[in-house]
Amino acid sequence: MSRPMTIAEKILAAHAGLDSVEPGQLVEVDVDFALGNDITAPIAIKIFRQAGVNTVFDREKIALVSDHFVPNKDIMSAEQARLLREFAAEQGIVHHYDGGESGVEHVLLPEKGLVLPGDVVIGADSHTCTYGAMGTFATGVGSTDLAATMITGKTWFKVPESIKFVYKGKLRPWVGGKDLILYTIGDIGVDGALYMAMEFTGPVIDSMSMAGRFTMSNMAIEAGGKVGLINPDDTTLDYVTDRAVRDFTVYRSDEDAQYAKVIEYDCSEIEPQVACPHLPENTKGISEVGNVSLDQVVIGSCTNGRLEDLALAADVISGRRVSKGLRLIVIPTTPTVYIQALEKGFLTTFLNAGAVIGPPTCGPCLGGHMGVLAKGERALSTTNRNFVGRMGHPESEVYLANPAIAAASAVLGRIGSPDEL
Amino acid sequence: MKIKGKVWKFGKNIDTDVIIPARYLNTSDPAELAKHCMEDADPDFSKKIKSGDIIVAGKNFGCGSSREHAPIALKAAGIGCVIALSFARIFYRNAFNMGLPIFECDETASALEEGDEVEVDADTGKIRDLTTGDIFKAQPIPPFMQELVSDGGLIPHVLKSL
Repeated sequence: MSRPMTIAEKILAAHAGLDSVEPGQLVEVDVDFALGNDITAPIAIKIFRQAGVNTVFDREKIALVSDHFVPNKDIMSAEQARLLREFAAEQGIVHHYDGGESGVEHVLLPEKGLVLPGDVVIGADSHTCTYGAMGTFATGVGSTDLAATMITGKTWFKVPESIKFVYKGKLRPWVGGKDLILYTIGDIGVDGALYMAMEFTGPVIDSMSMAGRFTMSNMAIEAGGKVGLINPDDTTLDYVTDRAVRDFTVYRSDEDAQYAKVIEYDCSEIEPQVACPHLPENTKGISEVGNVSLDQVVIGSCTNGRLEDLALAADVISGRRVSKGLRLIVIPTTPTVYIQALEKGFLTTFLNAGAVIGPPTCGPCLGGHMGVLAKGERALSTTNRNFVGRMGHPESEVYLANPAIAAASAVLGRIGSPDEL
Repeated sequence: MKIKGKVWKFGKNIDTDVIIPARYLNTSDPAELAKHCMEDADPDFSKKIKSGDIIVAGKNFGCGSSREHAPIALKAAGIGCVIALSFARIFYRNAFNMGLPIFECDETASALEEGDEVEVDADTGKIRDLTTGDIFKAQPIPPFMQELVSDGGLIPHVLKSL
């Protein structure tokens, strides 16, 4: 009989053709899906060509998503997106997304049922860990590792130790997945889960929507985690079943699986969280932030740009106006999210409030385009990183929070809660 | 393999946005990326350093984005190696894949001073501060990994053996 295992260990064992694995073990695994974007795939393609290989391992198991600097922000970005287009055409890559079919990769690929529970997924983008919300062993790699997988369909991993996080108690008003993950990162630090698998469990996670779960898994990397896993349940299957483009296997952690650490949180003590400059671990409860005036608010990204996020923000901002002198930028993350937000009237609500609606893009999150900050400017964003210079000038500042706080802050002109409106 | 150069010190949690800001990621040309290496921490960094110089940092060096442009920029700028208390996972793998040697060491972040001349022996993991005479110990880089680094990274290394 094999040893009791965590979900991370079970997925790796299955993909390595082993009965069981244990932390520290090096394994070569089959990869179910691999992805790159318009920033990282150009290097992978260059390496692929340098290796002299003619065809990718499987043209249906690779996604090339132009989402970071699209619509092309300058000539050089246009060349990078063209490189993906040409490579996809040459190789017959089925899942190439560009123009009006494209969206923020980590929202788009789950939405299309391309990444599934029980999969091993690698992506040349650090937020590939987002798919862990579906019980997918998904992790970010560099372009060289992506190129190697595009050639062989395999990669190697050190089996990570796991930390189990247990979320209990009743959520306070305006508290959701974003607040729990920010609180967690604030507690353990930006390297608190370095090299490790984070596993999010407990009654609060059990009753959380997929949108909230994606937000939590998305930011596992912000604690240094390799993956941020949630054991699949009925909520997962409701989300996945009708979308899945292929069969999948559900793995769940054994009850007696071994963890490096178990950390419990009483969520009834957690208020909406704000991560202050310049690290995601610099978290404070909203009541402790003080008077912080803002030049810009961004609602979007692979962290918080799903329909539920826009619904929450629209609800808060409905019938109100953005504070004079503040720019509110709202970015629906995929064409589907965009259409649904349009049909439900959210976009009208935002426009009436004085917001700018952007096309699906990662743009402002990484200071790419469509919302770059000037020297000395300050933004609050629903994105995932507030590093020095992340959204523009090195002397600008970024605060991170959930979509309700973002919407309220846009109205107030300073960081604040919907309760203050 | 020995690496010798002047120490440039940085703090903890140096993220890949600082190593190479995203505004320059519309290219993957090493020479172009090198010009902007560490720019948001020290605007003149790429002009000040000499080939073989060594970055010494605290914990979690290379956290954040998976961009391989980060080790590419450091290497193309002439950085001989990075010594840190610890490295973020994706950066660790990317650095070796790109042929940039890195060393984990508990003591150097506090003990080494900016401007010290340092020699690192990859075979033994011995870090010698030539300015003060102090010696520190890091994990050595095993011979096959040194060969990978000498070959210029994983892909050139694999192609050589085909």
